[in-house]
Amino acid sequence: MQKYILRRFLLSIPAIIGITIIIFLVMRILPGDVLTVMFGEEGTLQLSEEDRARIIASLGLDKPIYLQYVDWLEDIVTLKLGQSFWRSDTVMDLIINRGPITLEIAILSVILSWAIGLPAGILAAMKRNSIVDYVGRFFSILFLAIPNFWLGTLIVLTLVLTLEWKAPLGVINLWDDPWANLQIVWGPALVLGIGQAAYVCRMARSALLETIHEDYIRTARAKGLAERLVIMRHALRNAIMPVITLSGVLLGFLIGGSVAVEQAFGVPGLGRTLVAAFFERDYVVIQNLVLLYGLVFVLTNLLVDISYAWIDPRIRYG
Amino acid sequence: MVQASTTDVLVRQEEPRGRRWWWVVIEFCQRNPMGAVSGGVIIAIVLVAIFAPVVATHHPTQEADFRALRNAPSGAHWLGTDDIGRDLYSRIVHGARISLFVALIAVLVGDLIGAAWGVATGYIGGRFDMYSQRFLELMMSFPTLILAMILVLAMGAGVWTVIVAISITRIPLSVRVIRSVALSVKENAYVDAAQAIGASSGRVMLRHIAPQCIAPWLVLATAHLGSVIILEASLGFLGVGVPMPTATWGNMLGGPVAAGLIPRWWMVVFPGVAITVTVLAFNLFGDSIRDFLDPKLRGRT
Repeated sequence: MQKYILRRFLLSIPAIIGITIIIFLVMRILPGDVLTVMFGEEGTLQLSEEDRARIIASLGLDKPIYLQYVDWLEDIVTLKLGQSFWRSDTVMDLIINRGPITLEIAILSVILSWAIGLPAGILAAMKRNSIVDYVGRFFSILFLAIPNFWLGTLIVLTLVLTLEWKAPLGVINLWDDPWANLQIVWGPALVLGIGQAAYVCRMARSALLETIHEDYIRTARAKGLAERLVIMRHALRNAIMPVITLSGVLLGFLIGGSVAVEQAFGVPGLGRTLVAAFFERDYVVIQNLVLLYGLVFVLTNLLVDISYAWIDPRIRYG
Repeated sequence: MVQASTTDVLVRQEEPRGRRWWWVVIEFCQRNPMGAVSGGVIIAIVLVAIFAPVVATHHPTQEADFRALRNAPSGAHWLGTDDIGRDLYSRIVHGARISLFVALIAVLVGDLIGAAWGVATGYIGGRFDMYSQRFLELMMSFPTLILAMILVLAMGAGVWTVIVAISITRIPLSVRVIRSVALSVKENAYVDAAQAIGASSGRVMLRHIAPQCIAPWLVLATAHLGSVIILEASLGFLGVGVPMPTATWGNMLGGPVAAGLIPRWWMVVFPGVAITVTVLAFNLFGDSIRDFLDPKLRGRT
């Protein structure tokens, strides 16, 4: 098992390097230079020659391109990710301050999606073509079509109109004031969780329906095991794999989706920081935050693969 | 009698080839009532989008009525007005235009590039396949929305850059699907036969592999239409999509939020309903197409 984890970990290093290359290329090579991106076309024309040179130098863009890349890699390894162009915060400050909120939202919504989606999927598979099944399918199709940021905006609007709720202004950490913190994160987590529950329910249902026809399920039933135990002990263990893979894939959607949902709820997480950075054209912040999102995705896939090997011994030795 | 039965057989044999397209449509509707309804909704939305200037009662961007700011739905403004007095109904109608245009072009371009790449990488295999796979995995390590955001940032905001950005996010997904189809089609005896009589790789891919990929591609493309509409709306909502005065569903939802204003309910409800209904119709239609073209795929995509 340790050997497998190590091998899988080493395999993800080229992926991480590849991600840095892609971000670097997208940020440097595509049409439009940094100054135009930051200040707009008119803004760039208004800058004096000295200002331009100064800004370019402060961003390290006066060096040859391969050195810029090496510098960035060095920053990443030493965790000195540079500074926001417009504010005094370093990128590290932003990640440490805003990161935990987004992480909480992500974890909470994955838990929610399993808590809602898995039982719903199991129920739908056991009572196939019953009312439960149809209601479940209806909701999962519906929630796949509702944009999460719209659902978020609707909830916020309802709360504002009925309870005079206000969007949270600052960051309140879980360890400082758990209750106030929960009030910040519950909304985005709920919206993202429901959206994912639709996928989880669909996947759990179809995976269970596939395993239910296996021979060992018939054997389990034939030996007189209660249906509940047949499902819980035999069918679910094999049906759970695709659901785990799915959750790994969904986490990609989730960390992307949380950007829009955080914006809808006005939650001061990483996603909202990223959107603000986009508006301010805050080059350094964008580059590093996008890298962080990519890293999280790669690491999640790593975890999914490891949990695979843990559940299914065949993979460990394969 | 004998003659009658032979003509029967002949007719039956010719039937699949001579089937007119409307028979296919009728059969589709009979087998998938849900697909027929969603297809009807899609046609209605497409018509609204095409004839937007006729269907709309006001101009989407220029007719800002300062005497009618934030008006509730009424006879004059069917779905109310927004923060600067523009008619919401007309903006939603014109928004359909942008949404469908962006979605259609982005899916066509992205999924066609993906399909060509998928056929090539599946058929050629070897190193090319390995490098392609690694590269596409890298592209997929970015959440779709964030990938689209940095691409728009790098290229500058505009309808066409949004289209390019969104279509790029489609490529890895479609390569994956089409590649797996190509891999299985490649094993067929008729592909060996074509190679044996000396057909070039290009010819084999185009004439023998690609046609088998059309059905899965259609399923994939219709499924992508729905998600692309949501993606475009998300970009608009975040203010990094098609630039502001243009009426898009995402912009309409994002404008008040970005300005820190508390929107009136009609400004939030109607654009969102427009998105949801459209995406729902495309998703249901996509599911029906999948069941119709290839029942084996049911529950896989």
